Amino acid sequence: MQHQDTWSLGGHTFTSRFILGSGKYNMNLIKAAVEDAGAEIITLVLRRANTKKEENILDYIPEGVTLLPNTSGARNAEEAVRLARLAREMGCGDFVKVEIMHDSKYLLPDNYETVKATEILAAEGFIVMPYMYPDLNAARDMVKAGAACIMPLASPIGSNRGLATRDFIQILINEIELPIIVDAGIGRPSQACEAMEMGAAAIMANTAIATAGDIPVMAGAFKKAIEAGRAAYLAGPGRVLQSGASASDPLTGFLHD
Amino acid sequence: MIQVNGENFDGFDGLTVAEVLKAQNYPDKMIAVECNGAIIPRGKWAEQTLADGDHIEVVRFVGGG
Repeated sequence: MQHQDTWSLGGHTFTSRFILGSGKYNMNLIKAAVEDAGAEIITLVLRRANTKKEENILDYIPEGVTLLPNTSGARNAEEAVRLARLAREMGCGDFVKVEIMHDSKYLLPDNYETVKATEILAAEGFIVMPYMYPDLNAARDMVKAGAACIMPLASPIGSNRGLATRDFIQILINEIELPIIVDAGIGRPSQACEAMEMGAAAIMANTAIATAGDIPVMAGAFKKAIEAGRAAYLAGPGRVLQSGASASDPLTGFLHD
Repeated sequence: MIQVNGENFDGFDGLTVAEVLKAQNYPDKMIAVECNGAIIPRGKWAEQTLADGDHIEVVRFVGGG
């Protein structure tokens, strides 16, 4: 029997390699999306509470799913640390996705501030998942700072433009020992599949699902694509010829011989 | 005057965090509270008294990536 293909993050073991974001959803569709995605981790964000009675997103997330608060809204390390501590105070565990940006046009992460926040939070016992621009030197700094994984962006947040940073993500996969989780910009199942074929440990997606015509069906499509890409990576892709061709059919027994 | 989530309120001086949350109709579950940038653990809400000039932040989870 084939052994189960699991992966670990901060001492927790997961089977699903699809991390789902919960932004931009009609609440009623979140549960279906999580279930059809087979997601075991879902991201959330802290915002000011309203005094009016409002829907609680936690009521729509199936039990047993690991909650991953992000620090979006933070413009520097100090603000990210503050948000992470508040998120942990909610009693939903030690996971945190560090997301720090101060550029509202491209929403690109600040790698330097992210390293600083990672170091502080890792020392406080958080399982730190830094969202970053795929730079090898910065990724090595994240590792030294105590990150549990590296989350490089594929293209700008919410753009659905796919693997614009493909070659640099491949460098991280090749050189960094921690799980590489491709986050942001993945817009299609085929792009998620490609990142998994490259050796990514997992895919994080939100907008691609939330803006799809049929949300649960797209969640399911991503699930299959991520599984297919993972299987292809484990199988080891066939070689590529630099030129020429190689017949797949026997070169003997032709009818004209 | 006490500030709660950016809004100023008179008449909250001397109340506890728990009393202010109740007066403002915040849900009692799945929120976290900060006073002047320091987290107030849930267990202290009924004890900590607010003074003039205190800034309270009440947060909850919403959908996000």
